[in-house]
Amino acid sequence: MPHRTFFWFILPSALAMLLFIAFPLVSVIVQSLHVEHEQILVTSENCGPFGCKQSTSVDVEATAKLKDAAPLGRFNSLGTYMDRGHLATAEISQAWSTTDSWRAFFSRVMNLPFYKALAFTLAYTAVVTPLVILFGLAVALGVNGLPKLVKGPTIFISLLPMIVTPLIGSLILYWMIDADGILGKGLQYIFDDPALSLKASPLLTWLTLFTYGVWHGIPFAFVVFYAGLQTVPEETLEAAMIDGASRWERIRYVVIPYMGPLFVFVALIQLMDNFRVFEPIIGFSAQANASSLSTEIYGDLLGDNAQYASAAATSMLTVIGVAILLTPVLIRTWRDFNRKAV
Amino acid sequence: MAIASKRRSTPLVLISSVLVLAWIVVAAFPFLWTLWGSFKVQGDFFSKADWMNALWGTRTVIETGAPFTGAGYEGAWIEKEFWRAALNTGIIVFFTVIISLTLGTLGGYALARSGYRYAFWLLMLALVFRAMPHITLVSGYLLPFFEWNLWGHIPTTIVVLVAINQPFTLWMLHSFFLNIPKDLDESAMVDGCTRFQAFRHVIVPVMWPGVITTGLFSFLLAYNDFTVTALLLNQENQTMIPKIASFLGSTQVEGNVMFAVAAVVSATAPLFVLILFFQRQIVSGLTAGAVKG
Repeated sequence: MPHRTFFWFILPSALAMLLFIAFPLVSVIVQSLHVEHEQILVTSENCGPFGCKQSTSVDVEATAKLKDAAPLGRFNSLGTYMDRGHLATAEISQAWSTTDSWRAFFSRVMNLPFYKALAFTLAYTAVVTPLVILFGLAVALGVNGLPKLVKGPTIFISLLPMIVTPLIGSLILYWMIDADGILGKGLQYIFDDPALSLKASPLLTWLTLFTYGVWHGIPFAFVVFYAGLQTVPEETLEAAMIDGASRWERIRYVVIPYMGPLFVFVALIQLMDNFRVFEPIIGFSAQANASSLSTEIYGDLLGDNAQYASAAATSMLTVIGVAILLTPVLIRTWRDFNRKAV
Repeated sequence: MAIASKRRSTPLVLISSVLVLAWIVVAAFPFLWTLWGSFKVQGDFFSKADWMNALWGTRTVIETGAPFTGAGYEGAWIEKEFWRAALNTGIIVFFTVIISLTLGTLGGYALARSGYRYAFWLLMLALVFRAMPHITLVSGYLLPFFEWNLWGHIPTTIVVLVAINQPFTLWMLHSFFLNIPKDLDESAMVDGCTRFQAFRHVIVPVMWPGVITTGLFSFLLAYNDFTVTALLLNQENQTMIPKIASFLGSTQVEGNVMFAVAAVVSATAPLFVLILFFQRQIVSGLTAGAVKG
């Protein structure tokens, strides 16, 4: 296709992405380097019968004027990135020099909001992704052995946890694990502890969120693996059987290697999606015990005095995280592409 | 002979059946339970006394005189004006899907037919854009949108959702167009069509299965979105999902959690119907990207 025609075909789509994906990223970078104006203070002297008093107040009019003139705020260079709410370099070096054990150091670091959010985001990504792949494969193998008649309804039900809006899915589970809900009551009964609440401790909240993540992720892995299983060549399986491979060995040495690319695909999509975990934390009202990078940004943007600079700095750090996550994939694709070109 | 490798021992059949059965219960039970519970009063759905109350509706009978009540739905749809949110969702989803597909078919077709290096790089760029958390993009929009008075309007949200949707739409339609043989439009061009005429008269009539599948996923993205709609729309223009989220704060205080439960069930119903009719397309769409690697 000639360059000219290509240009006109791709233009609307490229323009939309340029204006609403690339440009906001630039806007985020600029915002993260600025910080809100300081309020302009005026000092006035009030003199009464008992002497004079100096009082300081905010000059609202002048502050508003300044804000209108330069809505971005004043230039702050990397200040926001280094402050307590983000990388907290000063706090970390202080914690490093004042604590004498790793344990104490980590507990100090984990009190900083950015590191707390990063820890949860990484833990969520690291726990949920492999479990989704494992359970997805197990369910796919199970469904593959079912008689044809029940396959359709099984797939229909299996799709539900994924298709349903994440916020709604997490709300449904949240109500069930409520201390008065059916699962909450059931757990209290099983562990014989009427005061047990999944919302109380950070650890239990984390486990609940992980469980939700796996529940939500299994259908996708299942569908992809199930489709992959349909394409495993029958001859290879039979050859392995004639060579005396047991069923487990056939899965281990034929099916799993054959589906290698699918594992990579599911892992990639899951990594991207789990890294931006957001709705479950809102749905489970778990902000007190668990925060992710996305909820940190959301918290900054919400309300009347939104902290744009702070949100932008966290956003930039998140984008850097995504970039690190994607680098191996991009390098691999680039190599494949070059090999094809040669 | 083909059956031989499929024959399985009894314990294995048993284990895998139990596993699938367990998964079906885990996947379906929460929805059934919530659907059932949405017709009860709060005292039954969150029963302090006995969880069996939710099954028989003990308190529901005492409070309303019947084992089922539509009070939650009435409160959500009429009192809390959930219909307005449903209407807004309808408008936003409809236009997002139509516009994304229009832009996506043009772009995806061009990417599939161009053999140049930059087409590959555009696809890679789209993959990077696909990985961007939506909330980071939203934090880039807010300040400019406030400055230019674009904030809070439905058209703004539609345009933003279309743009966020583009990377995925491009990827998917690109792989569908790769499956349509090149000879088709090339022979039309030999017969004297321009590229656009060839697209219009030859490709458009055969592209519908791919477009419908992609449209389903665009629909899901727009319908399920919370991040963009929660932060870019004001109270009057709110869509269903942010409305439900805002119910949580207000209804918990008033003791009207059942309103939120009813709203949740109402918002899930269209998705149910969607899977019922389009299960095959959803499955083929999920695997389209994967099988090609």
